[in-house]
Amino acid sequence: MSDIAVDKDLIRRVAKNARLSLTEEELEKFVPQIKEVVLDSFNKLDEIDAKEEPSFQPVVVKNRFRKDVPKKSLELEDVFKNASPKLRENNYFKGPKVL
Amino acid sequence: MGRDETINFFVQKARNDFSVVEENLAKAINDIKVSQQKKLNYIEEFDAKDVLLQFAELKKSFSAKDAKYNGKLFGVPVTIKDAICVKGIESKAGSKILRGYKPLFDATVVAKARAEGAIILAKTTQDEFGFGTFSTNTALVPKNPFDNSRSCGGSSGGAAGFTAYTNAFHVAIGESTGGSIAAPASFCGCTGFTPTYGLVSRFGLIDYANSLDKIGAIGRNIHDSSLLLESISGYDRNDSTSLENGFEAEEVPIKKIAVVKDFFENCDSEVKKVVQKKIDSLRNFFEVNEVSLPLNAKYALSAYYIIATSEASTNLAKLSGLRYGVQGLVEGKHFDEYFSEIRSQNFGDEAKRRIILGTFARMSGFRDAYYLKAMRVRTKLINEFNLAFKENDLLIFPTMPIVAPKFEDIEKLSPLQNYAMDLCTVPANLAGLPHVSCTAGTAGTMPVGLMMVAPHLQEKKLYSFAKVVE
Repeated sequence: MSDIAVDKDLIRRVAKNARLSLTEEELEKFVPQIKEVVLDSFNKLDEIDAKEEPSFQPVVVKNRFRKDVPKKSLELEDVFKNASPKLRENNYFKGPKVL
Repeated sequence: MGRDETINFFVQKARNDFSVVEENLAKAINDIKVSQQKKLNYIEEFDAKDVLLQFAELKKSFSAKDAKYNGKLFGVPVTIKDAICVKGIESKAGSKILRGYKPLFDATVVAKARAEGAIILAKTTQDEFGFGTFSTNTALVPKNPFDNSRSCGGSSGGAAGFTAYTNAFHVAIGESTGGSIAAPASFCGCTGFTPTYGLVSRFGLIDYANSLDKIGAIGRNIHDSSLLLESISGYDRNDSTSLENGFEAEEVPIKKIAVVKDFFENCDSEVKKVVQKKIDSLRNFFEVNEVSLPLNAKYALSAYYIIATSEASTNLAKLSGLRYGVQGLVEGKHFDEYFSEIRSQNFGDEAKRRIILGTFARMSGFRDAYYLKAMRVRTKLINEFNLAFKENDLLIFPTMPIVAPKFEDIEKLSPLQNYAMDLCTVPANLAGLPHVSCTAGTAGTMPVGLMMVAPHLQEKKLYSFAKVVE
């Protein structure tokens, strides 16, 4: 992937996808740093041929299934224990608008 | 810094005389307070009331001679890395974005330590979400007890710093993704024990990278670290990647060890000298061979940072200012605007960089070239290790290429130079192999760590070997 242009436009776009809005100052700082990591480290894997099966885990992890038995869930007040009172309406969490 | 007896010795004593627990706890609490006054920054969160309640409960166990009284950690104060959830105690992985979050449950390792009679003493400082090698990517930066102008290492910096600082009987639960137990253990003169991936449950860990994270132990010596690992390892149905194995500190024969020559190449000459001297002294006890892991030396860092940032960027996507942690006002705001605002204001620079790097590596069109390729390379690197283990019980080399650096020198490093410091710790972590770092000697006044790596699930070899090394 040596033909990638890591520039302000790309980083701004990637950051937006990750729900980060960067200031101009942050962009000035991050672009050369990220460029160095991508070009000198990430792209180094271009040198090596790897046809092996990917190791999504470093050890073999088996699928284990459990019985689908309902368990007691959290008490309602516990569910809201970490929520800001400003973001609670009756027994609902209040969130930002989606449309 | 002068305790020679082991935690096991303390536990035996405590079972006969509860005042031993009281005195030791008072000493540990005093050390927390003094370290806080001196701004040494080992402790992220300490709740004296909660600790005294646990102490009172333990006193009852002493009288009742119950399961906790018979536990492996009876009366032992245990600190917990901030990324590991402790019920009712603020747990924020060193990040501003989780400020105020008090878990409703204990992580499995915390519950297990409690069941063995431990006192959960405090949360220790760390790089935000474990993103770092020097514990400098956070608000409270821990200072090395051997020289306060130097780093404790990271990301479990507070854990190793406090372990070295306090004279009380104490052990620390840390967590390693790419070397976050071994690095601080090396810099602070402690023994860090990172288990095989899956040996210790990750349930209740605020994740960094799911295929790499391992909870482990930091202690004053191999006996203490092993005792803690025994207490927290084992199958847990709440963690789908948990293995069925546990760990018992038992001796097994070790015949052949091999020095990995590639990991000496970029080391500071003083570090090389100390480690070499230690290795020479081991020749009396073992057959010492030499091996090369050229692929790991060349590609492990690249594969690791692609995998780690990719997984981290998906993990951190859930932190958006709703339900827990930092929350703002949502009125009149679109969700894009609200999430971006909370995240941009509360993630630190390194978290932002890693989120961007990881999101980039997973983007449409790039995923196969980066993420999938890195996973294939990981297979190659594991195979290279396995080949070396065919002829050798263990592999050894320096834990870190340098002694704990000064803060002023860390500031000068670019992110890539910073990542390169993980050269020796990343390969074993990427391959999920168990490893121990213990002290090989000192360069000047600063400790130097010796790294030892064993095949998957062969923790006993590390225990047996580290005993001889120490």
